[in-house]
Order: sequence, then C-alpha cells, then structure tokens
Amino acid sequence: MTQIQVEKKVLNENQRLAEELRAKFREHNVLTLNIISSPGSGKTSILERTLESFDKSKRVVVLTGDIQTENDAKRLARFGFPVKQIVTGGTCHLDAKMIEKHLADWPLKNIDLLFIENVGNLVCPSSYDLGEHAKIVMLSVTEGEDKPLKYPSIFAKSELMILNKVDLLPYVPFDAELAKQNARAVHPGMEIVEVSCTKGDGLTQWMEWLDRKAAATFRAQETTA
Amino acid sequence: MHELSIATSILETVEAEAAKRPGSRFVKLGLRIGELAGIDPDALTFGWEALTRDTEFANLALAIEGTPWKNRCPVCASEFVVKDYQSQCPACGEANTRCIGGEELDIAYIEVDEP
Ligand SMILES: [Zn+2]
Repeated sequence: MTQIQVEKKVLNENQRLAEELRAKFREHNVLTLNIISSPGSGKTSILERTLESFDKSKRVVVLTGDIQTENDAKRLARFGFPVKQIVTGGTCHLDAKMIEKHLADWPLKNIDLLFIENVGNLVCPSSYDLGEHAKIVMLSVTEGEDKPLKYPSIFAKSELMILNKVDLLPYVPFDAELAKQNARAVHPGMEIVEVSCTKGDGLTQWMEWLDRKAAATFRAQETTA
Repeated sequence: MHELSIATSILETVEAEAAKRPGSRFVKLGLRIGELAGIDPDALTFGWEALTRDTEFANLALAIEGTPWKNRCPVCASEFVVKDYQSQCPACGEANTRCIGGEELDIAYIEVDEP
C-alpha cells in the first residue's frame, strides 16, 4: 500500500479561471460584485432599484443566475442595460466557467460595473470564486436572525450585508439588532446597510457604498499598477 | 445539492492521477474539509457513491478529515480555534481577527495498491 500525496484544492480549476477573470476585470477597470442570498430575499429587487436610478449612459451590465427560468432577466432588461440570464439547469450556484462563457460577447472595455446575481442559495455559491471584487450577502427580515450563524461561510466572505425589507419590521418577529450582532460575530467589522426595496429606505446608503467600493477598487489598482 | 458538483471535480482529479499510474488500484481517497467550506460530508459521500457506482472507482472509499475554523489576531499574532462564533482574540481581546483556517476543500492523498 502506498500513499500518494496529492494536495490539490478540489476547486482548483474554478479558482484558476476566477483569477484569470479577476485579472481581466482589473485590466479593463470593471468593478464586479457577486450578490448572494436565499431565494426571495430581494436580489432582483435591489438590482431593479439600482438600475432604475442609474443614468442611461452608465456602463453597467448584469448576469443573473437561475436554476430554471428567465424571469429575472426579463425583469431587469426593462431598464435598458445589457442583461443576460445564466440558466444553470439544476446547478445551485454559478461557477467561473459560466461567467467566462456568458461574458464572451461583451467587450469588457465597454463595461465599468458588472453585477452578478447568484442562484438563490446561501451555501453553494460561497465555495465558488467568480473573479469578483466583493461578495455581497443579502438577508431579509422575513428570514431568521440566526442565518449568519447557520451559514457562517458566506457571511464571513462577504464584504457587505444588505438587510432588506426593513419596512416590514413592525409586522414580523425579526430582531434586526440581533441579526447585525450575529453577522458581526461571524465577520467582525462587516459593513451593513438596511434597505427597503419597495419603500426606498436605505437605497442612498447602498449607492454610497457602491461609489466608495468603485473608488477604492480603482485607486488600489492605480497604486499597484 | 452542490456536493454532486464537488464530487465531479474530485473525480476529475482522481482520473488524472489514475492516468499517471496505469495498473494501480486506488483504495482510499483522503479529503480535508473545513467547517466553513459549506460541505455536508454525508451528502458528499452519497454524491460520490452515486457518481462512481459503475466506474473503476466504485470501491474507492472517501476518508474525510474535518478541520476547524481558525483565526489569527493581527495585534498579538495568537492563532486560535473559533468556537461558538466567538472570533474575539482570547489572548488580548482584539475583536477584528482574520480567518486562517476552516475553508479547506482539498484532496490530501490517495492510497494505492501498486501493481
Ligand atoms: Zn490578540
């Protein structure tokens, strides 16, 4: 009996491709954000509000993942920016290969901001690097405050938590302070914005975060270039 | 069920190793899976068995070693296991510590019967 030391990351190939994508995003100054949540937390809704608020000259595109349907892409295409659906056919996450394939006919030099709406799931997407500059996790007040503790991986890896549907707080037994405390237990210093996509609360803070993130990303690139 | 995708990626690596060693029989596959990796070992084993059932790897057993969530303190350089989500440094009290372990999803080794 011999033991062969292999020492390989299972997702080696995905990681390699993700690094390639990240290098391309960097070369063309494309800020790339990977948005992750459970189904129904409001990923499509916040993208709708965001696209709606952008000037038509904004160079933004969206890739939206879904297991079966094209509905999200239809909702998002109304705002006039390029949107593409990635139908995963049963797979519960996006991987770097899907991103590469769906970006193939979009010249990156014409893009400043790429949103990736991942498949609704808090577990699987956290394992797959897509070459993004930041992961963003969404939680809504109709879920449990303990989600950050049940799914620590995605909360630990996300730079920002968006707490959505805060307009419903008076009607649901959700303790927002506890949810934030849980998120920060898993990820000390995590940034959190509280929003209501239906009523518009907090969307200004979200847009400010976006501007800060873009500025910080491109400033860091200039100083290391 | 992303464990099936993970099992598929593992199988690709195993096949590549098998191609380098014609004639040898693989008997055990050592995996290292961190508690933050988001992988359920039972689901992975189930996926692996389903995937390899009718292949030459049908009898290749998975040996899964779980690794704990570990953080490192940027102030006093202590390294500690995070229990009950308490990521504060037990040595100096610093709140903002960094994850250094627990995200592993690695193929560590393969045990082989050489021809
Ligand atoms: Zn310390």
